[in-house]
Amino acid sequence: MSRQHLLTIDDLGADGIEELLDLTDSFVEVSERRIPKVPVLRGKTVAWLFYEDSTRTRLSFETAARRLSADTMNFSVSSSSVNKGESVLDTVQTIEAMGVDAIVVRHGSAGVPRQITGWVDASVINAGDGWHAHPTQALLDCYTLRQHRGNIDGLRIAIVGDIKHSRVARSNVAAFTAMGADVTLVAPRTLLPPAVGLWPVEVTHSLDDVLAHVDVVYLLRMQLERQAQALVPSLREYTAEYGLTASRFARLDPDALIMHPGPMNRGVEIAADVPESPQAVVTNQVRNGVAVRMSVLFRLLGSEVDPRQLVEESFSG
Amino acid sequence: MDADELRRAIWRMAHEILERNRATAELIVIGLQTGGVDLAERLAAALGEIEGTAPLVGTLDVAFYRDDIGLRPVLPEAPTEIPDDLTNKVVVLVDDVLYTGRTIRAALDALHDFGRPRAVQLAVMIDRGHRELPIRPDFVGKNLPTRRDEAVDVTPDGVDLGEIQRGER
Repeated sequence: MSRQHLLTIDDLGADGIEELLDLTDSFVEVSERRIPKVPVLRGKTVAWLFYEDSTRTRLSFETAARRLSADTMNFSVSSSSVNKGESVLDTVQTIEAMGVDAIVVRHGSAGVPRQITGWVDASVINAGDGWHAHPTQALLDCYTLRQHRGNIDGLRIAIVGDIKHSRVARSNVAAFTAMGADVTLVAPRTLLPPAVGLWPVEVTHSLDDVLAHVDVVYLLRMQLERQAQALVPSLREYTAEYGLTASRFARLDPDALIMHPGPMNRGVEIAADVPESPQAVVTNQVRNGVAVRMSVLFRLLGSEVDPRQLVEESFSG
Repeated sequence: MDADELRRAIWRMAHEILERNRATAELIVIGLQTGGVDLAERLAAALGEIEGTAPLVGTLDVAFYRDDIGLRPVLPEAPTEIPDDLTNKVVVLVDDVLYTGRTIRAALDALHDFGRPRAVQLAVMIDRGHRELPIRPDFVGKNLPTRRDEAVDVTPDGVDLGEIQRGER
């Protein structure tokens, strides 16, 4: 049986996203139980292979795997043979030889997770590759939107900040537009990808222009090193033009949602006290992240049979 | 079995449950998704009419606890809603058809994640035999001997016995 992988949002399509979001409802319920653990992945092993630091995403995946009763194995790159010059190929073959059912990969270079699928039989889950994709982030953002708004179709979403270097932005553009949202990217020219004209989005350089007409403001983390690379004149100037300051927050529709993938730079892309407003759903995003990753792990590992071939059973056992 | 016989069976089972447990206050009636949900509601309503106060009603989906993961698709069918902590309660599990007993085994596992009931009792509308596990119902609507290649269908209009069509299991 050929394993299934989760590499990009495009691989899923609207139907695949919808299916995972529906499944996530069940795992939100499981997470609220007195004992938030179900035995579906008993005997399965999930390995983490993180070439980039990520406490949040790794903890979220790890919590998800444990709530499904899977065993987990952490291949910590900083303290391992990778530092001695081992290739990715040798590393994943070593991990697979120990017997794993899924490998969750984060790597600084785009395409590494897809490359790995050609080398192993295990399911590969992309937890972020370069500037390319971060599908589980986009799924948890879609789930959070659906939770708060019922439907993503027709929502006007502004994604603000460093689009060019952001895998979160790429995956979210793919997911939000697949679900029928109208997406506007808001960024200075230096932080937009060269081919943004080909994306199914509107582009503007002025946050003030769109502020009053959006249902969701999705802020990206402003990497502090972009200032050193001279892509923005200064962080203070970035905040003045693109930060969700207190005065911009006041001009938002009172029902508009504020989202952020974390970790936040308070005082840079978001004013210090805005995350505490009821319109900011950042902690819900984190909470939903666990349930969404449970549904991804379950979907890939929980059943050897493709659920799309599900036959209605006319009797109960 | 037609709709009238089904209704009478529900009332008889409600009386049997009360004979055994006396009060509805400590009872929680839990219907298994999806076939047991409607029956659980009807049973709880009957208990309420006899005793004056209806017991709490919940639903349970056992998809995550099944023992045939990998053998067939396992997807949640419908929500699990347990209305209260089950510790020291008497749980009446309700399903439409009792067959191999594997669903009930999974349900017993699932219940433990919601507390430690004082007792769990099993009510089924149809016991069709062919048990594969040591599980026995406490309250039965009707014993219906079947072949393994037959299908039992319980609806509010009654119970039907039919041949399993090709492509089904």
